[in-house]
Amino acid sequence: MTTVAHAPTAAHHAPMSFWRKYIFSTDHKIIGIQFLFVSLFFLLVGGLLAMQIRWQLGFPGKPLPGGGILPESMVSGGVILPEYYIQLVTMHGTFMVFFAIMPLLVGVYANFLIPLKVGTHDMAFPRINMWSFWLALLAGLIMLAGFFVPDGAPRAGWTMYAPLSARPDLSGATISQKLWSISIVVLGLSSVMGSVNYITTIINHRAPGMTWFRMPLSVWALFITAILAVLALPVLQGAAIMLLFDQTLGTHFFDPGAGGQPLLWQHLFWFFGHPEVYILILPAMGMVSDIIANGSRKPIFGYHSMVFAIIGIAFLGWLVWGHHMFMSGMNPTLGSTFMVSTLLIAVPSAIKVFNWLGTMWRGNLRFHVPMLNAIGFVSMFTIGGLSGIFMAATPVDIPLHDTQFIVAHLHYVLFGGSLFALFAAIPYWYPKMFGRMMSERIGKVHFFLTFVFYNMTFFPMHIIGMGGQMRRIYDPTIYDFLKPQQPLNEFISYSAFALFAVQLLFAFNFLWSLKFGKKAPQNPWEDNGMEWSLPNPAPHGNWDKTPNVYRGPYEFSAPEAGDKDYLPQYVKLPTDRDPVPAPLPAGGH
Amino acid sequence: MRWWLPDAGSTFAGPIDTLFLAILIITGIALVVVEVGLVTFVIKYRARPGRKAFYTHGSTRAEVIWTAIPAVTMVALGLISNHYWVLMKDKKSIPPNAYHVGVHAKQFEWQVTYPGADGKLGTADDFTVRNQLHVTVNEPIAVELSAEDVIHSFFVPEFRVKQDAVPGMHITAWFQATKTGEFEIGCAELCGMGHYKMRGRVFVHTPDEYKAWMAQQAAGGTE
Amino acid sequence: MKGRIFSVVGGMFLLTVCSKGDRSAVQAAPPATQPAAEVSAAGGTITGKVKFTGTAPRNPTIDMSEEAACKAKYPTTPTEENVVAGPANALANVFVYVKSGVPAGQTFTAPTTPVVLDQNGCRYHPHVLGIMVGQPLEIQNSDPVLHNIKAIAKANRPFNVSQPGAGMKTTRTFSAPEVMVNLECNVHGWMHAYAGVRPDPFYAVSKQDGSFTISGLPPGTYTIEAWHEKFGTQTATVTIAGTESKTANFTFAAR
Repeated sequence: MTTVAHAPTAAHHAPMSFWRKYIFSTDHKIIGIQFLFVSLFFLLVGGLLAMQIRWQLGFPGKPLPGGGILPESMVSGGVILPEYYIQLVTMHGTFMVFFAIMPLLVGVYANFLIPLKVGTHDMAFPRINMWSFWLALLAGLIMLAGFFVPDGAPRAGWTMYAPLSARPDLSGATISQKLWSISIVVLGLSSVMGSVNYITTIINHRAPGMTWFRMPLSVWALFITAILAVLALPVLQGAAIMLLFDQTLGTHFFDPGAGGQPLLWQHLFWFFGHPEVYILILPAMGMVSDIIANGSRKPIFGYHSMVFAIIGIAFLGWLVWGHHMFMSGMNPTLGSTFMVSTLLIAVPSAIKVFNWLGTMWRGNLRFHVPMLNAIGFVSMFTIGGLSGIFMAATPVDIPLHDTQFIVAHLHYVLFGGSLFALFAAIPYWYPKMFGRMMSERIGKVHFFLTFVFYNMTFFPMHIIGMGGQMRRIYDPTIYDFLKPQQPLNEFISYSAFALFAVQLLFAFNFLWSLKFGKKAPQNPWEDNGMEWSLPNPAPHGNWDKTPNVYRGPYEFSAPEAGDKDYLPQYVKLPTDRDPVPAPLPAGGH
Repeated sequence: MRWWLPDAGSTFAGPIDTLFLAILIITGIALVVVEVGLVTFVIKYRARPGRKAFYTHGSTRAEVIWTAIPAVTMVALGLISNHYWVLMKDKKSIPPNAYHVGVHAKQFEWQVTYPGADGKLGTADDFTVRNQLHVTVNEPIAVELSAEDVIHSFFVPEFRVKQDAVPGMHITAWFQATKTGEFEIGCAELCGMGHYKMRGRVFVHTPDEYKAWMAQQAAGGTE
Repeated sequence: MKGRIFSVVGGMFLLTVCSKGDRSAVQAAPPATQPAAEVSAAGGTITGKVKFTGTAPRNPTIDMSEEAACKAKYPTTPTEENVVAGPANALANVFVYVKSGVPAGQTFTAPTTPVVLDQNGCRYHPHVLGIMVGQPLEIQNSDPVLHNIKAIAKANRPFNVSQPGAGMKTTRTFSAPEVMVNLECNVHGWMHAYAGVRPDPFYAVSKQDGSFTISGLPPGTYTIEAWHEKFGTQTATVTIAGTESKTANFTFAAR
């Protein structure tokens, strides 16, 4: 690999057939885009399920508009049946966590960004990477099939607690419960295949000059996330297989009558489940860091602290799973230990929020759509993180566990957090993916309306939860103590319908701009990342010669930048020296 | 329209509600700091022609301060919380004079077993009632939870009591009601299609009322 | 590599879809292999009365305090229907049916009119019913509260459906004979009903006065069984030559 004295140039490749180029592609960027389309579809599915949930909670027992098209196993005279309602809450969570948010953050952006941002031509194992997408799609289709098989979809909650999940005679879900396990095993394979790529590429294939502490925080976050995934998903796969065996092979892992333990499921699930929620937030935090630095025209405040905070969150994330089980009947002493670790994990998250504020402090703020959504992320994630402290204090968890307060908390971190980060990331890297810009105007309207309706939907849920409304209940008005809150349930439902409607703006913007968006300049955000040295859309193979890296990722407003307020990592100033390439591994490529 | 936690009905509500309020104040301060900071910066540091951002990579002093303050606060919160956690959930904290009642959860009802005239559970004069828990005010009550089929969760919001009932496990939850009246029991763990309808009631009686109810049960006996 | 992955995934699919216990759609078509035999009103009749000896155990009262909408339908406290006794120790709710003796190969078309099972006042009406294989069972909810109808069956596919509100109707059919399919509500644990599923129309449920009538029988020798939920079963043998009416009485010992 020779050093280059000129600016990085794009790769040129021989033409490929449509199928090899766009369908069975091993190009990390195409794979990322495939994940994007499929995951946005599942995000829509999750949203449609949520609309039905909110209909029933806001207007219990009233026929669902359009409910006539649903079969009699789901509705009676258009009224959602209780057994369908619990399918709705189960599959809403399942699709959103496994097939929308996780693949949007990891499947899309780990794939798309990592090779670009570390300066290499593709992932370490491109064919395994391709399989990672097709397996994820297969898993999603298997999961979706659950609605169409006899007896309907799984209904034990996205958390699938045994024995309810292991006993079709008690839950009512038969074939679909087995499909759930299979889908999870396939999805886990996809995740592990992807993670192996992300980890290897980052460790081995960084361009010369891209030292660990010159990697953007988006890449750091994706790296740590990949380690979490490769260690956590197999635990879930194991639990899913045990569940499948209990149903099909007559084993009794979770059957107390035969020596099994219901609590075993919870320990296994949450040992995966807690790292999983950090998988769902760390990439969002990483991308938000990149975008806020760009929008502030300032280096990220406390870059090293931010890296250690990511590592700290990931490490502590393995030690807190029991906070989902404070009421489970496990030894209360474990409750004490998990409380300690859970309270501690608030600290690195707080550090990150303060550093984002520090980045904006004395900046020269540009409020492009990604920056608006990134600021929205900081604002909403703070609420979500702080609400978690209530449940971390175990005595306060007693009234709050398994109420709408938890639902409010998880939506503030997953929607207010991760999804707002995606509303920032998608327009930000859209030009690099598609060569066009999304409409700023529509984007701004979408941001403001989403922000307003989002808070109108989810903030009142804290109050409903404080009032004692349990999770996953079909009709709160059965209870005298919940009847007074029903007006607030209605208000939340109306807000949710408006929130969903507003997302049509985003969908329109995304799809319309593919063909009719303004053609994007090479570096529309005046950003510093390696990817902006390439034309839009980035070509197959990225660079023809490996680029060099001359500085850190956030040198906005650096004095050396002169009259510009940004200084990309790939720009060689007269005072810069070419980095020495890393020695090739033995027998390397 | 209710805007707050349910009215207090047990000795646990005081400490829990106080802790809740304390956390609300602490997190409220943090929230105000962050949100006001955000809004201030958005207005004050918006881009204007001729301005340049302040080029800095951070401040170690700031990092130390905003790491230490949250860390100390969390540790303190943990220590205070743990004291009450042990009081409410540790087996050794169950008062030795507690009145024991059995609650067996099953799809979709609470089967409450009373110790009968001899006051001891597990003897011949025990009797079982559906969905009604009758107790005496100002007396510690130990609820011996079990589950028939799947995980359920015994939840009385006014008492700030919640405990999962797990098949194969025998778990005791305790409380002491501080006012007479009727309170609702809800199931707080998804247990199937009838989960939402697993409603029961707690009747908190004066000692005389409880004796009278006991006598009536011994004579009548209903399903 | 590709082949291995496909066969693993494919194998998992097969394991799932082909595992035992999963039958296809609930509504099975009624069996129709041979032309239906004529059930003529001109056939023989078996009538009788069911009684019991001894003292019937007291039916426990049902405390419906936790379901006000149902409690309100009763002027006096309702009781369970374990033993429904009539005048002179008559025993109602006994399912009497032809256990054997129907000529082999004879099939009967199930009527299309449904048997209606009503949930009213948090009780099933009727408490014991007879239904033919393939005949629709129409379950309706006359209470403004949630009932679930759980069918516990061995020869038939079990089901469990909910009806959260008044006016809701669900129809199910049974595909195999079974004496008896247990029906219960899990929200109201005292609610039980029993369905006797038969391939022919030769069954009856004894009335309040203990009487029952089975008619339209072709000539033959029949074993009749009487089933009671608490007192067990009894059998009798009856021979029908033409269109006469024969009597078979049953007496159970109370326990």
